[in-house]
Amino acid sequence: MAIEFKPSPSLPPPSDSVGPVAWVRANFFSSPLNIALTLFSIYVLYLMIPPVLQWGLLDATWEGSSKAACTAGGACWAFIGAYFEQFMYGLYPETEYWRINLALILLIVLVGMFAIKAVNKLFLSIAIIVVYPIVAFILFSGGMFGLETVETSNWGGLFLTTLLGVVGIVASFPLGVLLALGRRSNMPIVKSVCVVFIETIRAVPLITILFMASVMIPLFLPEGLNFNKLLRVLIGITLFSAAYMAEVIRGGLQAIPKGQYEAADAMGLTYWQSMCLVILPQALKLVIPGIVNTFIGLFKDTTLVYIVGMFDLLGRIQAANHDANWLGTTIEGYAFAGFVYWIICFGMSRYSMAVERKLDTGHKRK
Amino acid sequence: MSENTNTNTSFLNDAGNRALIFQAVLLAVVVFVGYYLFSNLQANLETRGISTGFSFFNEPAGFPVLIHLIEYTEADSYGRAFAVALINTFVISLLGIILATIIGVIMGLARLSNNWLVARLATVYIETLRNIPLLLQMFFWYFAVLAAMPHPRNSIVFGDFFINKRGIYSPNPQFQDGSGFVLAAFLLSIVGAFFIVRWAKERQKATGHWFPAYWASFGTIIGVTLLAFVVTGFPVEFDLPSKSRFNVTGGMVLVPEFVAVLIALSTYTGSFIAEIVRAGILSVNWGQTEASRSLGLPDGKTQRLIVLPQALRVIIPPLTSQYLNLAKNSSLGAAIAYPELVAVVMGTTLNQTGQAIETIGLCMLVYGSLSLSISLFMNWYNKRMSLVER
Repeated sequence: MAIEFKPSPSLPPPSDSVGPVAWVRANFFSSPLNIALTLFSIYVLYLMIPPVLQWGLLDATWEGSSKAACTAGGACWAFIGAYFEQFMYGLYPETEYWRINLALILLIVLVGMFAIKAVNKLFLSIAIIVVYPIVAFILFSGGMFGLETVETSNWGGLFLTTLLGVVGIVASFPLGVLLALGRRSNMPIVKSVCVVFIETIRAVPLITILFMASVMIPLFLPEGLNFNKLLRVLIGITLFSAAYMAEVIRGGLQAIPKGQYEAADAMGLTYWQSMCLVILPQALKLVIPGIVNTFIGLFKDTTLVYIVGMFDLLGRIQAANHDANWLGTTIEGYAFAGFVYWIICFGMSRYSMAVERKLDTGHKRK
Repeated sequence: MSENTNTNTSFLNDAGNRALIFQAVLLAVVVFVGYYLFSNLQANLETRGISTGFSFFNEPAGFPVLIHLIEYTEADSYGRAFAVALINTFVISLLGIILATIIGVIMGLARLSNNWLVARLATVYIETLRNIPLLLQMFFWYFAVLAAMPHPRNSIVFGDFFINKRGIYSPNPQFQDGSGFVLAAFLLSIVGAFFIVRWAKERQKATGHWFPAYWASFGTIIGVTLLAFVVTGFPVEFDLPSKSRFNVTGGMVLVPEFVAVLIALSTYTGSFIAEIVRAGILSVNWGQTEASRSLGLPDGKTQRLIVLPQALRVIIPPLTSQYLNLAKNSSLGAAIAYPELVAVVMGTTLNQTGQAIETIGLCMLVYGSLSLSISLFMNWYNKRMSLVER
């Protein structure tokens, strides 16, 4: 007797509001302005992509011993092949390349061991921060254990770029933390020393600092005492990025609520205990993106050492451009360098995003 | 001190005392290191026979400077060369800031566009340029692109514009008698436009009616200036570049060094500004847009009156540091021989005179004050734009 209410099945959405057709319409042709933008973008793509593909892949020459071999009219990648070892190792003696490779493999193995649970993390950290640099230095410069001495003026290429970048990053981070803590200190003299240092460095371009390192430092040292140019440049780069690092970290310190400082004090922790166990772990986590951006900036800035006469990756490419056998291959050289820098910097920024997600403990407002 | 030191704590356990001792030690170290370096410097300068001071500023420089906006010849002094370089640095920084802002705003908005293709193109632009060193980009423009331009004989011609290896040649306006009058009319019309806008705002506050003041003031400026041109009988003549068999002469030349630095600086910094603009606009709560729509404001006014003023508060502080970066990065022009401060003072002058302390110190001072003035200006602008709370 009872009439059962049976709703008819719901209709599918109108075909013009779902699916690829609707997506195309909403994205590309929703308004006259949008249509114009779409057409303009397609025109830009048409202008860029076919010629680049034609030049870089289809018409490219991959092998050869001089520019004369590149007759196809496209890119002359043979140039990169011929100079590849110089771009990677600089003027390091060819028979000694294994030393650089060994140091690199050692670093990768050591860092990779962090993933193994059974390994003591403290010992591993000490091995990486204290033991590894000594081993790597002996490997690179030689003069000990029967290794041939290689002058630092022969270090170059991507090897030098990486060295400058890694040492700069590793050394500037703790210095930046100290400067940031000093700037937030209650002690007036400590605070003013840190403020003056940070603001002076941040006000001037890196070039002036590098010129200072290469021209002015010898004037400030006693007669006879003179140290390596590479070391001076490294100090310059480290001090420079430490000042920027300090400002990023200070931002994180300021974002920690006062209650955390007070709670740490109430627990009876000393200054260093409260900083290392309570404040810094939270503050540093907050500013990971800023820290990585500083690292990326530092890595890109290492190219400036070319201006004070050191031949990093970019410097070696500039030098190779003057080879009479390979005239007219500037674009290929820059494209290669740009590709290498891009991979490293883009990789760093993606890695920082991953770390941020991993360390996110869910306190952030969603 | 004696009140809060109770009998159980020793002198060294008191936090105040320790702070005092620590600071005293730090001060002593700083003073000692400073004194040590200074005395070394004096000894070194003496043994090398370098005299200190800026007296070399009056000596003839003896080197040419490629780009000089004020009169300069090789016979002029180092001081004059310094002034030329200073102007070049200012010019490239100012033009770079303007161009980078335009590029950055366009690219930032494009990355937020509803149009999938436009957004992707903007993303590719931003992610590519941000992750490649500026020096490499400058080299690319200078040694790869501009050096590949044709020989003057085969210049690329656009009407009265010529492009070749030696630069971009364009007509050079020569102002004749009476152009002062046009300039005065132009400036007066700007003042007039300012008053029109102010009047329109007052009227809107009083009556609620909006007078199209922006169009009116735009029309006033164009109209009055054109009228002045007609009245004075067009007192501007153009010095046109002309192409002879082997060269292009006359006109105004933008040399490749200048063009390369300008393109590299503005596209590189533009990619950073684009991200700042995007983050700023995304930071404005979507509820604000919805509220504005429910009040009946059209899309354009929603953006201009609701979203942008709030986004600017987020945008300005990081934008300031990008401007500072651009001004400091203009020093990279030295690497491709754009005659700015570093190239002229820390390069040629330092090489010729050996006055390392003076030249490097002077450069640092100039960049320091340039940074300071940009940040003062932007702080003032930030204060004007910031949220006014009770």
